[in-house]
Amino acid sequence: MTQLPQSTTKKLGLVIDLDTCVGCHACVISCKGWNTENYGAPLSDMDAYGSDPSGSFLNRVHSFEVQPAQGEAQLIHFPKSCLHCEDAPCVTVCPTGASYKRVEDGIVLVNESDCIGCGLCAWACPYGAREMDAVENVMKKCTLCVDRIYNENLPEVDREPACVRTCPSGARHFGDFADPESHVSKLTAERGGMDLMPEQGTKPVNQYLPPRPKDTLSEGAGDIDVLAPYLEPVAQEATGFLGWLDKTLEKL
Amino acid sequence: MHPAPSVIFFTVFSGIGFGLLAFLGLGYPGVTGWTAFAFFAIAYVCAVGGLMSSTFHLGRPERALKAFTQWRSSWLSREGWCAVIALLVMAVYGMGLVFFGERWTILGLIGAVFSVLTIFTTSMIYTQLKSVPRWNSTATPAMFLSYAFAGGALLAGQVTWAMGLLAIAAVVQVVLWAQGDGALSGSGTSLATATGLGNIGSVRAFEPPHTGTNYLLKEFVYVVGRKHSQKLRIIAIALMAVLPIALLAVSFSHVLALLAVISHVAGALVSRWLFFAEAEHVVGLYYGKR
Repeated sequence: MTQLPQSTTKKLGLVIDLDTCVGCHACVISCKGWNTENYGAPLSDMDAYGSDPSGSFLNRVHSFEVQPAQGEAQLIHFPKSCLHCEDAPCVTVCPTGASYKRVEDGIVLVNESDCIGCGLCAWACPYGAREMDAVENVMKKCTLCVDRIYNENLPEVDREPACVRTCPSGARHFGDFADPESHVSKLTAERGGMDLMPEQGTKPVNQYLPPRPKDTLSEGAGDIDVLAPYLEPVAQEATGFLGWLDKTLEKL
Repeated sequence: MHPAPSVIFFTVFSGIGFGLLAFLGLGYPGVTGWTAFAFFAIAYVCAVGGLMSSTFHLGRPERALKAFTQWRSSWLSREGWCAVIALLVMAVYGMGLVFFGERWTILGLIGAVFSVLTIFTTSMIYTQLKSVPRWNSTATPAMFLSYAFAGGALLAGQVTWAMGLLAIAAVVQVVLWAQGDGALSGSGTSLATATGLGNIGSVRAFEPPHTGTNYLLKEFVYVVGRKHSQKLRIIAIALMAVLPIALLAVSFSHVLALLAVISHVAGALVSRWLFFAEAEHVVGLYYGKR
């Protein structure tokens, strides 16, 4: 059913920390690996070893340059995957009911055996979170690793999305946003987590933590260190032999 | 947006076909027998041909029947229902005209209403998308409806109506273009809101996530031909409205009317190509493109 649920019991999603992401793309690779071997149709690659490679990915890492009004430009790595929106426009446009949002945990999924590959859900998503697989001709999207997070065959430590499990810099966190005591809710509150494109009215569940303010080395170039005053030249005027030399050379 | 030929043909021809069905349903022209058969055949070839063309756009056309299930929420599903109801009702109505020489007025009215609803629901598939600000406007359904009415009147041989409706379609089209040119910047969505980094400073796409292309860039970031858009707009209006009106104004003959139809369809195809090719999806912002 492509009508959205009034509310969901849980709101599972990700927190992505733009301050700590180092742009290594490990989340992209682990996502592709897990989701090619498990739930649903594999994520195909086209011309993988040729001159024009392309393929389906559920998670991609952009890099942006931000130039503040004053100070140095900053480089920010920006992982982007499905935000599992509360008001998901991709769900309501689906003509077949293949696209749906789960009542129990809020995960947005595609029932691939019902998908006719019309592509309208990908058109409706402002974030580019959905990609049509060029081999299977069905819509692929992040499942929040629904086949990991509840999987009792996996050790408990692995019961989180592949991207979160693999991130070497701790830039990705998984949890329930409906629970104000969950670590994702607390992180979001502490660090000022933000919605992407709030004006689109999608109410994304995933939250992005803004980069922390950078060091201000370039601003106060005068006091480099607290010890700097002690390193100031003691003798402002040269005396003795150097003083004589200085005066003599001036006269020449 | 990628201008897929299947969708361009679908929207142009099914629009004209359902436009003609709407006129026939209202009794313009009031034909019976084989003349009616000819009119209905043209309408069905356009409408059904367009609908079949749209299935080429599907990745899994064999599952197309599932698209009838979600009419409560999906405009695409509603379009499917309206099209089927219109075609079935008009088939019965057409049989009355062709075989019995009878005009069953109520059926004709119902068929006309559902023909118009089909065109409207088609337009809403595009209009509903906030992710494509150029389409997210009341001018979009106005454009689709005005084109269908004008094309329908032209094929129905309603010369006076056709001339007026063609002129209206041209005006609506120009309004849609004028409004659409400022739609992306006016939508409030920018790279700053897309990344949430706007309050630090000015944001620029530095490096894309992949060295090759991908589905998103092919489907949503189609920029080829935009530099010719002004010329194509003039060509579209000239072929779609100006030339047909001029041909109809000269004097009525079937040759001139046929030329007017061909010119109108050619202009409508150019305009519909632009409708897709010029539309900017906000996901392009993440790639520093529009």
